[in-house]
Amino acid sequence: MESYSRRRFLGAGAALVSAAGLAACGSGSGSGGPGGGALTAMVYGDDAVKIQVTSVDRFNASAAAKKTGAEVRLQKIPGSEYPAKLRTAMGSPNAPDVFFNWGGGSIKAYRDAHQLVDLTDTIASDPVLKGGFLPSVLAAGALGGRNYGIPMRGMQPVVLFYNKTLFAEQGLRPPATWDQLLDNNARLKKAGITPFALGGSDIWPELMWLEYLVDRIGGPEVFDRIKNGDSAGWGDPAVLKAAETVRRLIDDGAFGKGYSSVAYTNGGAPALFAKGRAAMHLMGSWEYSTQLGKFPDFARKDLGWCAFPTYDGGAGDIRNVVGNPTNYWSVNARTSHKDAAVAFLRDCASPAYTKDLIANGDVPATAGAATLLDASPNPAFARFQYRMVQQAPAFTLSWDQAVDPSVQTPMLTEINKLFVGKSSPERFVSALKGLK
Amino acid sequence: MSPTVTGRTTDGDRTGVRPQDGGRATGRDRAGVRTEGGGRAGARAGRPSTAWALPAVLFFAFFAVAPMVLAFCLSFTEWNGLGDPRPAGLANWRKLLDDPRLTQSLTVTVLLTAVSWAFQSAVALLLGVWAAGRQRNRAILSAVFFVPFLLSSTAISLLFYALLDPNFGIVRGDTLGTTSGAFLAIVFVGGWQFIPFHTLIYQGGARQIPDVLYQAAAMDGAGRWRRFRSITLPQLRNTATTSSVLMIVGSLTYFETVLILTQGGPGTDTAILPYLMYEAGFKNYDFGYASAVASFLVVAATALSLLLVRLTGFGAMRSTREGM
Repeated sequence: MESYSRRRFLGAGAALVSAAGLAACGSGSGSGGPGGGALTAMVYGDDAVKIQVTSVDRFNASAAAKKTGAEVRLQKIPGSEYPAKLRTAMGSPNAPDVFFNWGGGSIKAYRDAHQLVDLTDTIASDPVLKGGFLPSVLAAGALGGRNYGIPMRGMQPVVLFYNKTLFAEQGLRPPATWDQLLDNNARLKKAGITPFALGGSDIWPELMWLEYLVDRIGGPEVFDRIKNGDSAGWGDPAVLKAAETVRRLIDDGAFGKGYSSVAYTNGGAPALFAKGRAAMHLMGSWEYSTQLGKFPDFARKDLGWCAFPTYDGGAGDIRNVVGNPTNYWSVNARTSHKDAAVAFLRDCASPAYTKDLIANGDVPATAGAATLLDASPNPAFARFQYRMVQQAPAFTLSWDQAVDPSVQTPMLTEINKLFVGKSSPERFVSALKGLK
Repeated sequence: MSPTVTGRTTDGDRTGVRPQDGGRATGRDRAGVRTEGGGRAGARAGRPSTAWALPAVLFFAFFAVAPMVLAFCLSFTEWNGLGDPRPAGLANWRKLLDDPRLTQSLTVTVLLTAVSWAFQSAVALLLGVWAAGRQRNRAILSAVFFVPFLLSSTAISLLFYALLDPNFGIVRGDTLGTTSGAFLAIVFVGGWQFIPFHTLIYQGGARQIPDVLYQAAAMDGAGRWRRFRSITLPQLRNTATTSSVLMIVGSLTYFETVLILTQGGPGTDTAILPYLMYEAGFKNYDFGYASAVASFLVVAATALSLLLVRLTGFGAMRSTREGM
């Protein structure tokens, strides 16, 4: 055991040494000299990465690539440790030239360290980029009104999914108001069905509830204020009311009993939902492809979707959306291939890229996607999502991506404490106000 | 004292009236025989020169000492992983000492160490003594028992994470969602993995106990329990010390199981010190603070192992069988 622990410590130590050493001499560029050479693009390596693989191949074979003389090489980073890997790489001489991110708070540290290329003027002067994407999605990833990213994946609004067959059996309709939701819950519980699946051990599925409740109760302005760095914004009465509402749902058994040991990422919560043990699931739009992969029959026959209901007396519009607008490519300021990088980013606005996304079941954030959505594996769901985002008066970026990374973990911990009953709604609010 | 004299003394011991000291006598006897055969050759063989230690020393200096020193330096800076670290004076250390989470993690770490030690020692002792028997079924089962130790901690944690799923697992119920459940799950999974290793140590220790002791005790009418209590346990004293020091120092750096099973939760109830360090560094990107936690951990672990060595007499062991 001793040798194991020591080895582990050595590993951590070695990482620190190399990180510190690299930082000391870390002013080199990511790759090769100017003109020719490789352009590295670091990307989150999940199933959807095949679209980026195709895009890279297409670009490398294109005239634009030959003109700039660069070849894009894709670096796929598997798993949820992507943010930490990216951070280490960006602090080293082996930083990627182009990298995948979530916009907003996820790139703030890089912006502050002058590691990002400001793309605002590039976009404004390039008709392909300027007219290529939905303005709300382009704006959602911006920082202080400046653009640092180009949308490169599907939109991921959080949607209330429900089991159509189960609802029909119980004579229920998807809830449009909070009272309807509570009424549904009561009838489902009487039938021995858990109203909502919740992967509480991942914590971010719990976050989605607070995001929507705060929006519906207090409107999008409440979190906007917090996002811009005013931690007193957590003191808004809407946050307390949202926390109390969550508490009541829990006490009421809306999520069943074992939810804090259930995860989304290992398939626990999706299985509960697909097997009819839970009737609804508040989740990002990727739930559809998850279910299609794991329980294809359920995804095709039983899966229904609707917007999060309104809250009586609340200020938020039912059309407001929370979630991840999309993912973005950003360009490293130290790259020696800036022109090639921008040329590569332009491929994301191309019809071919849009078609690839749609064929994969994604709904692209490109302006021309609407007419192509019929080619989606599920056109009805694709059109629902596209319209949802296009018509949304406000698209609130997921809180954990929007806030500064130093606040992110403590915030998620407080949310988890609220959900497991380690913290009262009042204590929750005062703890969040203390975050800076 | 010439080698010959030592040899003779040993012989005297052996034929003398101290059967309880039989184990040690045999050892000395062996040494005596060797030196008698060629006194000078034995003296010259002695210990290898210090140059032999050079590769290990260099490796340790580069991969352990240097990072530790660097981490200690980093703890006086503010660094988010980008650009250059900025000097921050004692800010991180002040924050560390004021952090209510430090107290909590210390408590959890100490509790986890103590409970793991008690659980693993008890099971490993019994299993090890049982496995020391020469029966074939015991040999086969011991080999099977050893398998968990060969698996990676990550794989084991993922496996138990699936087994503990409240809806589709074997252990239904909200195990990981409650403080005691999550804590006991970590203790159990850690035990499942490391008990085989400590069983092996105890097995080796128990096999070194001379049979003659048991035979004498049996003649005196001692039962199975009495023999275990009065022969096995005292003879395994040094073995227990070795095993305990490894367990205690090892559980201070316990990490993967917590990361995968509970992520420090529910809330922060199982956030042990190494997890706190990981969270500060690789989730909050506050490498200065993470280094302060790491330095604290190094100091605490070193102090604890020194204390253990002092208290148990581990360093002053005079047995010829190292670590037994």
